[in-house]
Amino acid sequence: MSFGQIPYDVAHLLGGGMLLSGFVLLYQRRLAAMTGAFAAQGALLALAVAWQGFIQEEPGLFISALVAAAVKAVLIPLALRAFILRLGLQRRVEPGLGIGASLIAGVALVALACLVVLPATAGAAALLREDLAIALSVVLLGLLMMVTRRHAIGQVVGLLSLENGLVLAASGVQGMPLVVEIATAALVLVLAGVAGFFVLLLRERFESLDLSLLHRHRGEGE
Amino acid sequence: MLISTLAVLLCCLPPLALLGAWAGGRPGLARLVHAGTALVAGGFALLALAALVEGGEAALLLPFGPAWAPLSLALDGLSAWFLLPLGLCGLACGAYGWRHEAVAPARRLAAWPLFLAGMALALLAGDGFTLLLGFEGMSLASWVLVAAGQAPAGSVSAGSVPAGFPAAGPAPAEEEGAARAAAGLYLGFALFGAACLLPAVGLLAGLAGDLSFAALRQAPPQGGVAWVVLALVVLGAGSKAGLVPLHGWLPVAHPVAPAHVSALMSAVMTKVALYVAARLLLDVGGLGQGLGWGVPLLALGAASALFGALRATQEGDIKVLLACSTIENVGLIAMAFGLSALLRAADLGALAALAAAAGLLHVLGHALAKTLLFLVAGEVQHGAGSRRMDRLGGLIHAMPKVALAALAGAAALAALPPLAGFAAEWLLLQALLASWRVGELGVQVLAAAAVALLGMAAALGAVAMLRFWGLTFLGRPRAPRTLGASEAAPLPRAALFLLAGLGAAVGLLPGALLALGGEAVARLSGHAGGVALASAWAVAASPSASAYHPLGLAVLLLVLFVAVVLALRWLSPRASVRGPAWDCGFVAPPPHLPFGDPGTQPSAAGFAQPLLRMLGTSLLAARERATLPPPGDPAPARLDSHWQDPVLPALLPALARWRDALVIRAERLRDLPLRHLLMLAFGTLLALLALLAWVGPGGGAGA
Repeated sequence: MSFGQIPYDVAHLLGGGMLLSGFVLLYQRRLAAMTGAFAAQGALLALAVAWQGFIQEEPGLFISALVAAAVKAVLIPLALRAFILRLGLQRRVEPGLGIGASLIAGVALVALACLVVLPATAGAAALLREDLAIALSVVLLGLLMMVTRRHAIGQVVGLLSLENGLVLAASGVQGMPLVVEIATAALVLVLAGVAGFFVLLLRERFESLDLSLLHRHRGEGE
Repeated sequence: MLISTLAVLLCCLPPLALLGAWAGGRPGLARLVHAGTALVAGGFALLALAALVEGGEAALLLPFGPAWAPLSLALDGLSAWFLLPLGLCGLACGAYGWRHEAVAPARRLAAWPLFLAGMALALLAGDGFTLLLGFEGMSLASWVLVAAGQAPAGSVSAGSVPAGFPAAGPAPAEEEGAARAAAGLYLGFALFGAACLLPAVGLLAGLAGDLSFAALRQAPPQGGVAWVVLALVVLGAGSKAGLVPLHGWLPVAHPVAPAHVSALMSAVMTKVALYVAARLLLDVGGLGQGLGWGVPLLALGAASALFGALRATQEGDIKVLLACSTIENVGLIAMAFGLSALLRAADLGALAALAAAAGLLHVLGHALAKTLLFLVAGEVQHGAGSRRMDRLGGLIHAMPKVALAALAGAAALAALPPLAGFAAEWLLLQALLASWRVGELGVQVLAAAAVALLGMAAALGAVAMLRFWGLTFLGRPRAPRTLGASEAAPLPRAALFLLAGLGAAVGLLPGALLALGGEAVARLSGHAGGVALASAWAVAASPSASAYHPLGLAVLLLVLFVAVVLALRWLSPRASVRGPAWDCGFVAPPPHLPFGDPGTQPSAAGFAQPLLRMLGTSLLAARERATLPPPGDPAPARLDSHWQDPVLPALLPALARWRDALVIRAERLRDLPLRHLLMLAFGTLLALLALLAWVGPGGGAGA
């Protein structure tokens, strides 16, 4: 890797932005505002992937970036927002874990990710190492969001943010084969899962999307 | 060249399995499956022989497999030595299947080639991952064969049984239930073996991640890890081979399958398990280990030999008897391997080579003889309608050729000179008797005890084989159905005589064979020279010790036999006349029992009773109770005799309790809400990451 300081800084900046929006997602209490934060994360992901395509001279990554920008920064947030409007949830306050506690837990997860990734990749380039650490942090934050949120939309956003982290990791590794295909496939997989989930919810006409109603309906029959 | 040909042959087996899945109820296709499998097995045998003659080959990396461990095939002397009996026995079993298994259900036809493929893959593996892949494939395929293994309808037909004959076999429904229970037990033990072997291979590889045998051999396990590996491999491979505390499934599961499957399971599958133990413990991990390294195999092997032989003298079902005899012989081979490791640790290379040679020779001899006897058991079941010795007898008149072949197999297993069993046990005894040269007192005591147990096991094994052959083929028929027995068809008969001939060759030419298997001996014993004193005609433990000349012994026995025959002719020149059988002074045959009262012949249990009284009370929990009616009461006196294998009944209730407790916990887990399940996954991930962070940079090879 023969690039200088600028590629490293910009990649770091974009990754850090994603991490920051991950934290925003984690503590944001209002569902409507959550979609905005998710759109920001998607846009940052698209930029980060495009930047990686630029410094790795990998034109395929630009396609990934375009797909990410179109789907994650625009389409999914719009759809989520429409969904929230339709269900009348604009003012719904959904307290996850509490701001302080969730931030502390998030910081601990980032520390764990750094502890795992940095020693394990001792021989690799600094850019790759930091990139992987950030990506793992984003994945873990997404998981934490899925665990702490009670509302279905919150959990879905957590899943999507987790997938953002995976795409970031895949795009950061130089020379990894089939990055574009993997990223697209992961996106399709997540989208299919999310769509199926909502179709199921709408068809069953639940009054609320509170998941506690789902506990008795996990496809096990009565 | 050899190895790629073998890979091609191996690749022929899955298509045959597909064909078999389609061949249920189509006899022509089923025959094609059996013929194809037999041809592939024959190819295995030829290539194994070629590899033994020409020497090993470099590993062949397969173009598929997981990213961290490319699958590789390799063929060194040790693999080739174990591949040889697989090929020969597979060939013979294919011939049997051609004749008797043309209308088998599709499940069995599909699993049969896969069973062979799994065993061959385990033997040809060049790395730990492929080894486990083949081993587990073999386990699964044989499980299917056991589960689908009910005897075809009508083969155990009882017909109308006159009063006075022992009761007919169990009803079909009962038999199906027994097969299912046996398959469940078998699967449980197979899973246990897998649960032990997987971490063992992982520990052998350590954090380096290279699983190829060459790399593993460079870094044998040390310290505490070594002991854990030893325990796991002995438990994992021992549970598959049937070493003593883990043998409970073997007499239950082996007889349930059809004869050719039982034959391959008993003769070759147990050997594959021993191969895994030998490969992992003696070849890969054997360098620089202490004296204790061989002790578990030696001790468990001795216990298995004694226990299996004793049980074999007591069983009434011929297939169960043969399965118990397999436990005995597996024990003998494990003893030889354990002794070899012990002698190697004591720096007695030539003796270690001798012990390893004894084990390897017995692998070959026992595989051939046991396949032969299981196929004979199948022929007897087809021809005479029963497997219970209490319903057989006098079959030498109805099936003379099968009886002759069975005699060859039984004599080999009874370790009669100059046959295969004797050569192997002689070598093992030589090595054991010379092991006093290890200075440690504990080892000397152990060796002395092992000699005593080996002698007892050999004698009991001989009794078991005598009882098997005598009660089945000699005497008078115990059931009228036996008289209607028909001789085996030409093809299976040819297979039987092929096996008998090969077994005799192993017995007569042990020196030449061991010279061929020099690389295998060297790999197991770490002694580069192999068995130094093995020539085509003789084997010897050391220049000063006595040598064993099997061919000379055979000639001597032949001369003696001819002399006895001539002497008898000379003493009684008139031609022999066949008279009525003596009924031991009982009444003349009553009209409803034209062939004599079966009560005048010893029954299977009666023949075994002296041994049961001598040895069974402690080892087999044998109990006898005589109930005498009070004076004046005309009721008959009763003698109730009962024995059982104490290990499995002691093991199963505890296991069932654990399973129940586990199931209750798991059920509680199932009722968790969705969020808690997510939390569980998240927590597990965090714990694994924390472990990775704690173990340190060496653990993150994949990141």
